Amino acid sequence: MSRIDVLKTYKIFIGGKFPRTESGRYFHVKNEDGDLLSNMCLSSRKDFRNAVVSARKAQKGWEETKALNKGQILYRIAEMLEGRKSQFIAELMLTGSTKSEGKKEVELSIDRLIYYAGWSDKFSPILSSVNPVSSNHFNFSAPEAVGVVSVIAQNEAPLLGLVSMIAPIIVGGNT
Amino acid sequence: MTKIDLSKNWNFASAAESTKHIKLKKKYGLFIDGEFVKPQSKKYFGTINPATDEVIAKIAEANEKDVDLAVRSARKAFKSWSKLEPKERGKYIFRIARMIQERAKEFAVIESLDGGKPIRESRDIDIPLAANHFFYYAGWADKLEYAFPNKKPQPLGVAGQIIPWNFPLLMAAWKIAPALACGNTVVLKPAETTSLTALKLAELIKDSGLPKGVVNIVTGAGKTGEAIVNHSDINKIAFTGSTAVGKMIQRSIAGTKKKSTLELGGKGANIIFEDAAIDQAVEGIVNAIFFNQGHVCCAGSRLFVQESVADTVIEKLKDRISTLIVGNPLDKNTDIGAINSANQLKTINKYIEIGKKEGGEIYQPKCKISKKGNWCPPTLFLNVSQSHTIVQEEIFGPVLAIQTFRTIDEVIEKANNTPYGLSAGVWTEKGSKIFKLTQKLNAGVVWANTYNKFDPTSPFGGFKESGFGREGGLHGLKSYLKFKS
Repeated sequence: MSRIDVLKTYKIFIGGKFPRTESGRYFHVKNEDGDLLSNMCLSSRKDFRNAVVSARKAQKGWEETKALNKGQILYRIAEMLEGRKSQFIAELMLTGSTKSEGKKEVELSIDRLIYYAGWSDKFSPILSSVNPVSSNHFNFSAPEAVGVVSVIAQNEAPLLGLVSMIAPIIVGGNT
Repeated sequence: MTKIDLSKNWNFASAAESTKHIKLKKKYGLFIDGEFVKPQSKKYFGTINPATDEVIAKIAEANEKDVDLAVRSARKAFKSWSKLEPKERGKYIFRIARMIQERAKEFAVIESLDGGKPIRESRDIDIPLAANHFFYYAGWADKLEYAFPNKKPQPLGVAGQIIPWNFPLLMAAWKIAPALACGNTVVLKPAETTSLTALKLAELIKDSGLPKGVVNIVTGAGKTGEAIVNHSDINKIAFTGSTAVGKMIQRSIAGTKKKSTLELGGKGANIIFEDAAIDQAVEGIVNAIFFNQGHVCCAGSRLFVQESVADTVIEKLKDRISTLIVGNPLDKNTDIGAINSANQLKTINKYIEIGKKEGGEIYQPKCKISKKGNWCPPTLFLNVSQSHTIVQEEIFGPVLAIQTFRTIDEVIEKANNTPYGLSAGVWTEKGSKIFKLTQKLNAGVVWANTYNKFDPTSPFGGFKESGFGREGGLHGLKSYLKFKS
């Protein structure tokens, strides 16, 4: 008899912790052949609200974090993803990628994180200006973060899609 | 004012940083085409610990043939390096940044050992800033089109870079990081008294897997620098050092294809208004002139204090400098380390003598000074005016010339009355005064309520005889690019 896989129930990620969903409900993630891959939390409105509350709480501090530090953190995420490359490739393969597609997607995701890590201390000089107003004042404008941003990621290229959305949002000081 | 004097009975226990963990070879070759090679010149010279006069290691002296080999290797590497996908170029530079962070402690100790600067400064300023500089420019490699939209930025080719001895590794980072990010290759010459951290950087670059020949490091003195400046296959000369040598370089490359950026001397004005936070300002004065023994091109070596607060500021300043500890650079308590070389000490002492002869009133606190090594106590000169030599010329040591002023216009006039234009500092609690001064002062960098602050994102460079071109920030990229339209 073939071995029965141990299916993990994935929890959600809010405020740096991994709680179970408040809803108490779960759904199955299946591959294209209909095989069961894992159990996933079916998050409720309250879970979403908790996530927004935690994002709002973190936003100001994150926006005020020095650009260098933000860049280093994004770079660190990329380093860690590089270290766990094979796990991510395997997981992408479960959801239908070929090995080479999976490898390409993970590598692109790593590079994209590094790309945005570099932007942390570079977008403001490009988007800021000193404005030569006619009055006797020093006038300048500089970009600020929008605040809390909600992302709905795509099904295709699930890792790359998510990374491409999240990296610019957080590098801009949003949560 | 009564003062509590704790120094009589309370001495600082020695807190010397260990040198056991550092790895140094007895003899260093030249770093050409990814390998350490023996010099064609067959000559070596000793690099000396300025705090003990001991020779730390032997360093190769590159002659014209060696420089030629380095330039050829850089030219060869340029072909593939400039065509490498920008994001991959960036990843190599990120690697160098990370590896400096990992080896920061070793670099800090060697920097203090070889150059004489206090370990506190090399540990907290020089080395982290060098790593950050690489980190910063690594990110630019694939974003040049955003920095210069529609201008088609292209690398220049081979850059010849000559750096000074006051911030050895940091200056190497300032030069190498933007050059590589823009797709150039490099032949770098560190100063002859402080080659060690550049050679350790060469080892690190070798370990990083950077393609061979992209960075070449040749050691030697003025002759080696001359060979770089005069080499016909170099596209760009980047020099940081004295104004006199900067002028010589300009003469040598006049009429050639070589582009250049020069970051030269300075005589920074540090201006204290009566409405400044006086205690902070006194700290600022100390940091402006005694940071790195005053071996700083942007040092605040001219102090201007508004007359109404002059007596208070000067008294506080004298008190403060009497607590500065001059001594072993490797001791974490040390505020002022060793003067970088016997030659430089001679220059500083020459200026101190001139200052006295021209009628300046000298103040030096009593310090215990070791017999071996090169030392200079923190020195103030009062009763000097614009015409004094020590007010006009760059000393590059811990010597501060103090003048007073009454009005804003007067101090602007005095501060700008110098051939230099590198830096200035303004101390006032009034924002409008800061804006006025930053616009009127003829200096590339003006600090408000702080001094000697450096950051990779902030462009640094001078006006007038302090040079041209900027290092750091988006502006620093321009020095290593040409534009097609």
